[in-house]
Amino acid sequence: MDDILKSVEAPVNPNIPELKTGDTVSVHVKIKEGNRERIQEFKGTVLYIHNNGNNSTFTVRRIASNGIGVERTFLFRSPRIDRVVVERHSRVRRSRLYFLRDRTGKSARLKQKFN
Amino acid sequence: MFKGLIGKKIGMTQIFDDAGVAVPVTIIEAGPCYVTQIRRPENDGYSAVQLGYGEVKPKRLTGGELGHLKRSGLNLPPLRFLREFRAKNPDVKEGETVTVEAFAVGERVDVVGTSKGKGFQGGVKRYGFRGGPKTHGQSDRHRAPGSRSSGTTPGRVFKGSRGPGHMGNERVTAQHLKVVLVDAERNLIGVCGAVPGPRGGLVIIKEARKQ
Repeated sequence: MDDILKSVEAPVNPNIPELKTGDTVSVHVKIKEGNRERIQEFKGTVLYIHNNGNNSTFTVRRIASNGIGVERTFLFRSPRIDRVVVERHSRVRRSRLYFLRDRTGKSARLKQKFN
Repeated sequence: MFKGLIGKKIGMTQIFDDAGVAVPVTIIEAGPCYVTQIRRPENDGYSAVQLGYGEVKPKRLTGGELGHLKRSGLNLPPLRFLREFRAKNPDVKEGETVTVEAFAVGERVDVVGTSKGKGFQGGVKRYGFRGGPKTHGQSDRHRAPGSRSSGTTPGRVFKGSRGPGHMGNERVTAQHLKVVLVDAERNLIGVCGAVPGPRGGLVIIKEARKQ
């Protein structure tokens, strides 16, 4: 029965590369305004990745113009995601970066990882 | 047009609609069902369509059941489940098949199933009683049902009063569910939202009563 369920679920969005927590990513989201469709960019740090098969999500946190943190959760298989660009990897020691929520400015930075 | 199906609940998942919104969906493997009998007012006192579902080995059925399916003019396979659907002037004939193609995406349906049995349950779980206070020196009163009735008058508990008892394992109808997926090739139908019963449970799909 699980095979039947898997077969009706949406395929993995091929425009999303492998993500790691701490990555700086820019998510290009398709937005419908009336009949017109445009692409909005949401750029920030991947706070956590929720691996749950069909319902897998990743949450991106960015600091908006007035210093307010904005978090947005995306479904990995959502057809609304046009593409995801990984701009930078960071050296992180935990899988869920909740501590970033309590930090601002310099202390909220992550060390870049080169590979 | 007559619409009705018998099927098996496969399980729940989520799919994306045309707008890209994730929709919770229950997948049901339904049909193909055979029209095993038409009930007519002149013969039976009411009108309905009897559908059969679930092919089994002939030895799984009694002789009477097999005879019902193989009577003159009919040559249906051995079917495990027979269910009747009320329908005035149905446009189907005995021996015909009904598939998921009877339903279209966007349509509203009612799904009948047998809910999961919960055993003997207290009033809090069964009817949402609030239980007793959690603090202020309470002991053994946290999930108590409270008073069941009035005092000396009437001096008894009215029949049908809510209280602890057996919960679940009863016929439940989920009404007005939207059809979001129809796969004729694999006899699958997907409805938005939850459907009563366990995975693998028998369900009946009907036209929505409240359109």
